[in-house]
Amino acid sequence: MSKSEVHKYRVSTEDLQQIFKALSSKDYQNIGPIQRDGAIMLEKIQSFDQLAAGFHEDLDKGVYRLSQKNDGSLFQYTVGPQSFKKYLYPPRRKLWAATKTGNGFNVEEGDQPPAKMAFWGIRSCEIRAIEILDRIFLRGEFSNKWYEKARQDLFIVAAGCTKPSGNCFCTSTQTGPAPKGGFDLSVVEVIDKKNYFILEIGSEKGQKLVNKIKLQPASPAEIQNADKLLAASEKKMSKRFDPEEAAKILMENPDHIHWNEVAKRCLSCANCTLVCPTCFCSSTEDITEITGDHTERWLRWDSCFNGDFSYIHGGQIRPTTKSRYRQWLTHKMSGWYDQFDSSGCVGCGRCITWCPVGIDLTEELLAMKS
Amino acid sequence: MFTAQNISPELTVEESSSDIWIPSPYVVADKHVENDDLVTFVYEPASEDILDPMQPGQFNMLYAFGIGEIPISVSSLISDHPRITHTIQNVGAVSKACCNMRVGDQIGLRGPFGTPWPVEDAKFKDVIIMAGGVGFAPLRPVVEFIEEYRDDYGEVNFLFGTRDPHSILFHQDVISLQSDPSVNFQITVDHSFSNWRGNVGVVTTLVEKAEFDPENTVAFVCGPEIMMRYGAYSLIDAGVDEENIFISMERNMKCAIGHCGHCQYGPLFVCKDGPVFLYPAIKNYLNIREL
Amino acid sequence: MKDIQELLNQQSFFKDMSPEMLNQIAGCGENQEFSPGEYLGKEGEPAHHFYIIRSGKVSVQINHPSKGAMTIWTLTPGEYGGFSWIIPPYRMQFDLKAQEHTSVVALDGKCLKKICDEDHHIGYIFMQQAAAIMVKRLHDTRIQLLDVYSTKH
Repeated sequence: MSKSEVHKYRVSTEDLQQIFKALSSKDYQNIGPIQRDGAIMLEKIQSFDQLAAGFHEDLDKGVYRLSQKNDGSLFQYTVGPQSFKKYLYPPRRKLWAATKTGNGFNVEEGDQPPAKMAFWGIRSCEIRAIEILDRIFLRGEFSNKWYEKARQDLFIVAAGCTKPSGNCFCTSTQTGPAPKGGFDLSVVEVIDKKNYFILEIGSEKGQKLVNKIKLQPASPAEIQNADKLLAASEKKMSKRFDPEEAAKILMENPDHIHWNEVAKRCLSCANCTLVCPTCFCSSTEDITEITGDHTERWLRWDSCFNGDFSYIHGGQIRPTTKSRYRQWLTHKMSGWYDQFDSSGCVGCGRCITWCPVGIDLTEELLAMKS
Repeated sequence: MFTAQNISPELTVEESSSDIWIPSPYVVADKHVENDDLVTFVYEPASEDILDPMQPGQFNMLYAFGIGEIPISVSSLISDHPRITHTIQNVGAVSKACCNMRVGDQIGLRGPFGTPWPVEDAKFKDVIIMAGGVGFAPLRPVVEFIEEYRDDYGEVNFLFGTRDPHSILFHQDVISLQSDPSVNFQITVDHSFSNWRGNVGVVTTLVEKAEFDPENTVAFVCGPEIMMRYGAYSLIDAGVDEENIFISMERNMKCAIGHCGHCQYGPLFVCKDGPVFLYPAIKNYLNIREL
Repeated sequence: MKDIQELLNQQSFFKDMSPEMLNQIAGCGENQEFSPGEYLGKEGEPAHHFYIIRSGKVSVQINHPSKGAMTIWTLTPGEYGGFSWIIPPYRMQFDLKAQEHTSVVALDGKCLKKICDEDHHIGYIFMQQAAAIMVKRLHDTRIQLLDVYSTKH
């Protein structure tokens, strides 16, 4: 079959609701965007109605504003502060526990992987981010068992991104805005007198799930409407840089004078690493009961901006903000190619939105180039 | 319809064995205090759960109950597998807890991890082993290996620099190396005491005392980073090809499997791309400050 | 004399000197022997000699008020001791003490200085070689001061 023969369907909000129920009935925990604390958050939801309807975001450097319209839309926001990473790779996880026994100790199991999960409204940039995490946690010599299990049981309902913000740059990283594979189902939301979605099936698993739902093939005009929205999306993104060139520039310029300039602004707060859908650094912690008989080992997200991150007996290897920012950016945009054969950046722009001083990595890359 | 044009999200992963985070129980079978802050332990398995045999240069993660984990290189391979020997320097909370353990106490081990010293590839060549301080420990299995297959190697030089006479570790090894005519063993201290009759000066000064054909020499260097940097310079100045110089890096490792990001060194993970690196692979990073 | 010239010829320090130059310099030299514990020179004394160690071992020492004589460097065969004859105020900076039975070529400082003053080409080679050794020792000393093997920070 050629690409033109990919079947697409016109589905309604009610049809999506059926898909949601079908997932629930197959024991998937649905997880999707809801409105909480003035932001789009990704939460476990029991009912389709919990999805954030009519929400729009206004994003800029260091700026996040949420507004609501009466348009009944489901996926017209851009990307909230959180990524789905937190469900595949939780911020805190008990690795194991141990109880003292005379001279020794017995090890007990830690947190178990979650039940089957279905991610709703995931953007193309973030599907690519999950594929990057796959390479880190699954493709090396050692596999992260917890991630492996969560990932194998994952169902992905993607949403084509028709509302990129001024902080987005997935056209430069070639990770969006249209989802290209990596999903089970994908929709593009068309806002009309009566909103509809153009649905694409991306996997056997996706096909199986919708088998019992009556789907109406989309008309060429309807497909064209959706394609136009995605094409317009691409045009809206004005940031441009060449990731491979950036990788080279960063690796060759560890002593560039500009690092000092970024360091003057950077607060080393770690926000960028916490909102990033691919940042994977972690640390381990030991939590011991006061009696000293029982202890737990926890894995938690860490950040290369933390002082302790580079601690080695004697001191910190990266004591300055300059060296930490350099580590973060050079790793993400350059060293990542050597480590995992791709960039570590998917162009979601979260690090720009959530930087309290509005540092824009694409601008820093351009400054480094000159 | 599902089409071939779509990339399947179905995930295929190779089934890996047990959870890599869970340590295997070992017990202290032997303990030897080397000096003020160094202790050598021999551990033996406390269960059927046995780690794979180690190679010179590799390391394990050592877990002390309730305190945490630290990476420690194997410091001898003479004790037969599955026994494991580690020499631990008391520098932090975990290493202190490990050093305080007594015979019969239980420890947790994960490993072995990392790249080994290429001792096989060095056969039929002259060898320079340059160790600084506790850097002797990861190189000790190299010495053991070479002594076992002594006839397969050319000239063998062991250049050892340490802080002061009190900081000398592996006394028995030092004594036997000094009297071994097949090894050119040289020792120097940075700071002497009045009763010290040996060399005083930095370890790089010992290169002049080494016997080797620069064209056919392999060098293994381990010690503080600054010592390894100048050590490599001095070997290159003496004509050793940088493609034959190996260095063992030290970084803060938490997971040891390339998943936690802590030990990154430029684009390298010291835990899995190292700790033993070919000098040219890291020489550009050695001169980037705060990397 | 021929003997000393031959010895000088084998030393890298004199590699840039012509046979005529070496012949001149050898005229300042003599072979000396020191027993263990014997001083080749002491801190504060006028710097009489430039030593080339032929065999044995020489400790470069400083006297510490409470710890006594501290060895800060050792000189082994092929190495050089005593550069103070070339630089004002021409006074020994350290004790040079034979630690083993030691034989040296001792070049007379005044004699060398006269040659260097009269022939600046020789003087330049001397200064160049001496500077290289002194800079290396200064660098090595700084590394020693860093106390790189220490775990106490």
